[in-house]
Amino acid sequence: MTPANRKKNTRPDKTFKSELKRRFDMWLLQHAQAFIFSLGQYIKYPISNILTTAVIGISLALPASFYLLLDNVRYVSSSWDGSVQITLFLQTDVDETRAAEFANTLSSNNNINETVLIKRADALAEYQKLSGFAEALNTLDENPLPNVVLVKPTLDSADEAETEALIKELEAMPEVDTAQYDSRWLKRLLYLLDIVNRLIVILSTLLAIAVLLIIGNTIRLSIHNRRSEIEITKLFGGTDSFIQRPFLYSGLWYGVFGGIIAWLLITISMQMLHGPVKQLANLYASDFQLIGLGFGNSVILLASGIALGLIGSWIAVKRHLRAIEPV
Amino acid sequence: MIRFTNVHMNYPGGNEALRNINLHIEQGAMVYITGRSGAGKSTLLRLIALIDRHSRGQIIINGQNLERVRNRRIPIFRRHIGFMFQDHRLLNDRTVFDNVALPLVIAGYRHQEIRKRVQAALDKVSLLTKVNSYPMALSGGEQQRVGVARAVVHRPAILLADEPTGNLDPALSWDTMKLFEQFNQVGVTVLIASHDLDMIKRMSKRIITLKTGRILPLGGTPTAS
Repeated sequence: MTPANRKKNTRPDKTFKSELKRRFDMWLLQHAQAFIFSLGQYIKYPISNILTTAVIGISLALPASFYLLLDNVRYVSSSWDGSVQITLFLQTDVDETRAAEFANTLSSNNNINETVLIKRADALAEYQKLSGFAEALNTLDENPLPNVVLVKPTLDSADEAETEALIKELEAMPEVDTAQYDSRWLKRLLYLLDIVNRLIVILSTLLAIAVLLIIGNTIRLSIHNRRSEIEITKLFGGTDSFIQRPFLYSGLWYGVFGGIIAWLLITISMQMLHGPVKQLANLYASDFQLIGLGFGNSVILLASGIALGLIGSWIAVKRHLRAIEPV
Repeated sequence: MIRFTNVHMNYPGGNEALRNINLHIEQGAMVYITGRSGAGKSTLLRLIALIDRHSRGQIIINGQNLERVRNRRIPIFRRHIGFMFQDHRLLNDRTVFDNVALPLVIAGYRHQEIRKRVQAALDKVSLLTKVNSYPMALSGGEQQRVGVARAVVHRPAILLADEPTGNLDPALSWDTMKLFEQFNQVGVTVLIASHDLDMIKRMSKRIITLKTGRILPLGGTPTAS
């Protein structure tokens, strides 16, 4: 067919607009073909594809579950965070009436926001109830617990020096036996969590690279296996984008299915942990429940899978497809 | 229309495959290119299809100067050409239908149009019954005819065949040549590289004989008609 008689095939009323629409339709059609073809290729070799996808899924699930764990620890610690609390164990010879007076006087201190008195009798009752040592405690002649005053300072919890000064001041008072500053270990925990967070970032990066390599290598092999098809396609006028499309969609499928597997792994694990965590939380008189992935994080997980799949296949396609020329 | 003017082709490493080729093939002609192995038959076809680019001279195909066809445009250029090979080069994991449909899928035809044209092409090579078979289930001659159907299904302006009958017995070779003649009669320019001189002469078409990269002057016309 020469250019001259090609023209005869085109309708005379063909405008620029309808030509644009024809091209768009063709583009859409070829995308749909590549989309379905690549899915067909995926189903055609189920064993090897499921294995590859499982590896991708696990690689995605690992960092995601660590993040989730960190999220949960953060949630638990957030209820303590910010409220720096000083626990004052009073001398044992201070009785409940004096303890109440003492707590009241402390409340008028400018640096103190609020005080809560835990009477020794109440403390014993609570301890008996929760610890499971009720029997043993009953055998004691007298209550071994001191009165306790919980002090919430008005000071900014970040200002270590001022808090220290307040603790010194409180410890010097005659009624006070020891002052315990609760947020010291909390701060340590928060710093520890920061380190864990960094570790997770590093781990995620490494695993993301691993996913890229897995997908890139899988696509490279698939390009290699379909070399003759690529050559013929180039010979019959297939453009580079036409040829690379099914490979990019394969990468997309690996990402999508890998993301779904990761989501399933995490969701199942959360279900398995749910019961034991609830029992543990009950022991601490807390109604804490594990935070699951939620909708937003699920979307992020799936999107990461898709992004890694596309990037991995794109790298493989750019590196290996150009090299194949018809012979 | 195919026109070669002072065309040279040097492969990297100094192998001079074609030397000073001057050639004019009219639109709608059917031409045989013959010569021994290594004479440059395949190279000539490869230059026309822009698989390789010539080193010197000028090649014009259907009014297009090949030097002006940018790499990015090569796929579009190739859609006006049909290819045939000695070793068929069919895709063994696809049915006969999918093999023949390939050039149409590449060009972005709609499904109904593809079905219509593939059936017409397979009908032409008498393989309509094998539409759902896989190439491995076909005989050598049938595979070759699937190759023919694939080469013409997109109605190319030029059909390039590199030793299309190399693996076939004389009767099948003759049938294949007759098939090419039919396509030629509906206006396709057909170029066939072959060393089967006896058969070529019986077809009484124009013969171009190559020897060590040059066109032999006497080979330009058939010796018998």
